[in-house]
Parts: sequence; C-alpha cells; structure tokens
Amino acid sequence: MMYRNIDARGMHYTPLNRAIREAVASGVNTIEIEQVMGQRFIADGLRGDVSITIHGVPGGDLGMFMSGPTLIVHGNCEHAPGNTMDDGTIIIHGSAGDATAHSIRGGKVFVRDDIGYRGGIHMKQYLEKSPVLVVGGVFRAFLGEFMAGGLILVLGRNSRAPIRERGIGSGIHGGRIIIRGDVEERYLGVGAKKTDLSDAELTAIFPLIREFGNHFGIDPEPFRHDPYVQITPSSSRPFANKYTWE
Amino acid sequence: MTIGSVPVKFRISVDHDQCMLCGRCVENCPYDVFRKENDAIHVNSRKCVACHRCIAMCPRDAISIKERPIDYRSHPVWTTGVREAIYNQARTGKIILAGMGNAQPYPVIFDQLLLDACQVTNPSIDPLREPMELRTYIGKKPSKLEFLQKNGDLDLITYLAPNLQLEAPIMIGHMSYGAISLNAQQSLARAVSEIGTFMGTGEGGLHQSLYPYQAHMIVQVASGRFGVDIDYLERGAAIEIKIGQGAKPGLGGHLPGEKICADVSRTRMIPEGSDAISPAPHHDIYSIEDLKQLVRSLKEATEWKKPVFVKIAAVHNSAAIAAGIARSGADAVVVDGFRGGTGAAPRVFRDHVGIPIEAAVASVDAKLRSQGIRNEVSIIASGGIRESADVAKVIALGADAVYIGTAALVAMGCRVCGTCYRGLCPWGIATQRPDLVARLDPDVASRNVANLIHAWTLELSELIGAAGINSIESLRGNRDRLRAYLLDESIMRVLDVKPVGA
Repeated sequence: MMYRNIDARGMHYTPLNRAIREAVASGVNTIEIEQVMGQRFIADGLRGDVSITIHGVPGGDLGMFMSGPTLIVHGNCEHAPGNTMDDGTIIIHGSAGDATAHSIRGGKVFVRDDIGYRGGIHMKQYLEKSPVLVVGGVFRAFLGEFMAGGLILVLGRNSRAPIRERGIGSGIHGGRIIIRGDVEERYLGVGAKKTDLSDAELTAIFPLIREFGNHFGIDPEPFRHDPYVQITPSSSRPFANKYTWE
Repeated sequence: MTIGSVPVKFRISVDHDQCMLCGRCVENCPYDVFRKENDAIHVNSRKCVACHRCIAMCPRDAISIKERPIDYRSHPVWTTGVREAIYNQARTGKIILAGMGNAQPYPVIFDQLLLDACQVTNPSIDPLREPMELRTYIGKKPSKLEFLQKNGDLDLITYLAPNLQLEAPIMIGHMSYGAISLNAQQSLARAVSEIGTFMGTGEGGLHQSLYPYQAHMIVQVASGRFGVDIDYLERGAAIEIKIGQGAKPGLGGHLPGEKICADVSRTRMIPEGSDAISPAPHHDIYSIEDLKQLVRSLKEATEWKKPVFVKIAAVHNSAAIAAGIARSGADAVVVDGFRGGTGAAPRVFRDHVGIPIEAAVASVDAKLRSQGIRNEVSIIASGGIRESADVAKVIALGADAVYIGTAALVAMGCRVCGTCYRGLCPWGIATQRPDLVARLDPDVASRNVANLIHAWTLELSELIGAAGINSIESLRGNRDRLRAYLLDESIMRVLDVKPVGA
C-alpha cells in the first residue's frame, strides 16, 4: 500500500485535484485528505485504483465523471456527489444534497443518512454497467426522476415511512426504485407504477443491504423482514403517444 | 367521415412515353410511393414527401411533382397549414411533430441588410494578389498582455486560455449520431478535418470510427448526458454545454426507441430500443451560478486544457443570459436563432418560439461590449446561415464565427423535405436504416461538404477584400459595413445599423 496524506486547509480545488492526480500517477493507492471545507469537484474525472478518504465537507459535484476510485467521506456532502459518474464507489458517512448520483451510469453511491431533492435523477444503465444508489435515511421530492436504468434503494432507517413527498419516479423509463415500507400511490410521479417486492427479489438485493451495513457498521439483519415496494416504469416509452406527424 | 381526406400535398405524375421501366423510382423511394405493375409505374401520391430522391435517380426525367395540386379556398388568415393542423389535431389530440427549421414566412433580416464595397478613395483588395486572413481563434482573449523583462528578453507572463484555431470562420453545428447517420457524421468529420475547422458531435456520444477526427470535434454535454464519460471529454477539441436549441427553445430532446439501434445504443451508452430522453433543463443547472459550476467541473475534469462553449437558443433575453455565460468561465457562447434546424420538434415551437439570429447576435455583442467583457467569450452564430453573405453579415453584426447545419446537409443531398422525424431519409442522412445509410458515400459527401465550405471561404475573401478589409477580424462587429434596406427604425436600433443612403 502506498499512502499519501493531503492537508486541504485553505486549498483551492484545482491544486487539490492536481495533488490527487499526481499521487495516483506516482502509484499511491490510499489517500487521506484532511480539513476539507467545501472544495468542489474533488476527484473530478479521476481514474485509477485508489481509495480516497475525505475528512470534512466536500463541495458540490464530488466524484463527477469519476471512473474507478473509491471515495469515503467522513462528513456531509453538498449537491450532486457522483454526478455523471462512470464507475467507482462513493461512501458518505452523513447526508448529501440535491441531485445525488445525478446521471450516474456506473458504480455505487452509499449515503448513510438522508439525501435532498431529485436523488438519482436520470440514472442510466448499459450492458454490464448498472449504477446503484443506497440511501440509509429519507429523501425529498422527485426521487429517480427521468430514471432510465440502475437501482435506487431507500432504507428509511430511524423512520417508519421514509417518504412524504411527491413525484417519485416522475418520467421513469428504466431501472427501479426500492423503498422500505409502503408508498402511497399519490406520491408516485407520472409514468411510475408500484408493486410489492417479493421475497425472492429482496433476497436478490440483500447483498446490497449487507454492503451498506458493512460500510457504516450497521446490522443489516433487521432489514430482512420488513416489507418493501418497488417502483418501476409503466412503460419504457413514456412519450411514445404524445406526438402526431405534421 | 366527419373530416374525410385532406387534399394531397404533392401530385406525382410519370411520363409513360419517357419512362423506360427501369424501376429506380421503386427502389429508391422509402415511402412506397411507386410500384411497378403490368409494365407500368403506378404511384400513390399521398405518400410523397417531396424528398426528390426519385427525381434525382430517374434517368429519363420522366417524373414530375406538383405541390398542392388541389388547394383549399385561399384565405389570408385560415391558411392551408392552419387548417390542416386543426384537422390533424382534431383526429389525434396530439402535439404535431415537425422537422427542419421554422417554416413560417417571417421576413429574413439578412435579406434586408446590404454589404459595403470600396470605390476610389479606399481601394478594394484583390484576394488573388494580397493575403487575406480568415483564420479565426475561438476562446477567451486576455484583456491585456503582461511581460517580464529579463536580460533584454521579453517573456509573456499572461496566462493564455486555450483557443480553437479555425482556418475559416465556419464550423458545422451539433447533429448527433442518432439524429443523423454515421455515414453523415463521418462525411462531415472528414470535411472539417480537411478544411481545418470543427464540427459538433451533438448529444449522442462519439462513435469509435470518428476517433481519427477527434482533434476537429467539439463534444457536447446536454441534459441527458448521453455518451458522456471522461474518455469522451478528453477526446474532444472543445466541450459544449447545450442549454437550448433554436428550433425548440425551452425543450429538451427525445430520440425515439426505434432509432436506438445497436450501434447508436453503444455510442449513447443506453439500452437498445429505449427512448433517449434529454430533459428540458440540466438537473444540475438552475442558475448562472450552477452553470458556472458545470463549466468549471468540465474544465477541472479535463485539467483546464479545453475551451468550454455554452449554447443557448436565441430568446428575448439572450443578451443578459450571454453576459451571465461570459462570467461563468465559458470560452464561447453559441447563439442559435429561431431558424435553426432539427430532426424533430413540436411544430408550435419550431414556428413560434425564439428570435432571429441577426437581432440576437447584435444585442449579445452590444451587451458584452457595454460591460467590457466581450474578450471573455467568442460568439458563435447559428440557425439559418444559408450562404457566405449571411456569414459576412452576421460577423459584421458581432459574431466571431458561425455554425452551419442544414446547409451542410443540403451539400450532402438533403432536399429540405422536413420529414427527418420519420427516420426514412432517402438520402441516407437522417436515418439509421442500413440500406438507406449505405446510399450516402462518405468519399463523395465529405468532398461536397468541404467544397461548400471552401467556396464560401473564397466568397468571404472576395467580399471582405471588396470592402477594403484584409482580415476577418476587422469585419467583426463592423456595423459600418452594413446598411439596412427597408428595415424599421426599431430593428435598426437593435442591430445598430444605418439605413441605406445614410
């Protein structure tokens, strides 16, 4: 293991990213960044087999366009961590802002606590690339809007029902959203439909819950016996009947 | 039967004396207008879209097409278009989808502007004899240059932002693989590489076969983020954030599942047959500050080596929006006028939303100059640039360069039939059907497109030479070289152009 420690106090994001890139290029595979205070774009477009632990609160677009690395954040995140991410893992020991995992096309994002509005918006998948967003807490409106692929799993820890906001899966045309507990029909967005998650389906996704538990030291077993619903597209062609030819 | 049949749009007739029954019309028409029966060619005129493929392929000039052979009772208010839209929507209850650019007969401002030429006192320049500078740099220019003097040498210490070097102020705008065929994209890519200019990928990713031309490609990031990964961003010569489009301002895009074949699916990185939906807004942009963040995220991802453009539709407040874009860190603003083309747009948007490029460019240029930030961004004008005179006029109104779209497609055979949304383009341009795509030969089509840009470049040299200018930079924003012919005073004020004779 090659290790590098970076003190980000007072550092602009460009030199910070340059320091990260240089470390990765020199073969470092474990980086710890201290004193992060709102620097945006950390690990933006970064490739490589590297694990980066961030102490503090990173700014927006953490891990944007990232392809491969693992980011572990000890703190909350600003908006859109995992924006248009290609591959890799982001583990957030806290909450994240709006548009978490926006347009993500591969890799995994784990959020221990809550996320803001429009989580997992326009996630998509292609062949072996199928992104995952796991949220331990609750979410705000328009979860999985325009979703085109991948999986969003919301566990709603510490709450009986994690959802009290509208527009879930608005315009969804691929992928699925799984939520612990029930979701009233009126909270579903246009083009979304709800079904119960079968025992077999729960068993199939349980490794993700276990992985979530491992990241945050949370016992996954209590989640095994709860009911879940899944929200999927009522059609993969939501706009197919909207137009007539001139 | 309440409405019944509407009159045919086109009437086809075959001159049977000329016809030699070769059957080329039958083979070439993807709309199934023609059939050969009992030793004669029979037609179904109702299916005709006037793409002229049959006309082009008939060896005996035996086919003729008449537009609107039976028209409605003429009426200045209840036009044919208005009546037929009502019949269509009364039947279907749907939004009318249309192709190409604005089809309303709004006056064209370009056609009311006249260029200047020198006589006697300031002699014109002959491009045959004198070097003419059409090379154009797109990107930020420093507001001043600073030097460090050291042992009699001068070192430039001002940071110079990356610029694109164009051999002529003409680029090809963004038309995605999906909207157009791979053969069409390859033809355009080869043409721009040969000329030394650039083209846009559109929001459809960058197909592997275009990698050899990537140094001349501007990669687009739009709201669907299709085909966008770090590899794609690094391959492009520049990156363009698409906010809006002149053909349908305020709307996103929607490539229907039928057009997502295996290869398009791979390039866009989405499953075959699923709809590719680009929402109206970017989900991470709700303000100029958010735009700044996207601009910077793209620069940061590519280590500040690439210019980043922002494209907006020309709308009422373009000038103020462009001033915000200039402050976002972007290197160029693309303004797309209301005549911009598209494969498919709701008719109501195509025909009624947005403003002309002439007025938008003039007001954007004026606003940026008034705020002292014109050097922060280049202005690229697009949407309805039809000929070299339009290029000269829009540069004189303040643009640095233009994007052409429809003109480049016409150079490849497009007849502007406006039926791109059917996906059956008989010219192999706006289609993914392999037999139709194969009709477009990139060897020939790239030559045609390169010829067009080359010819316009020659004409531009002649035009500016005649105006006594030997560098395109001296034409930029040079409104004194324009005069307005029968434009009203308020438009002349917006354009900052004097009337003819003044």
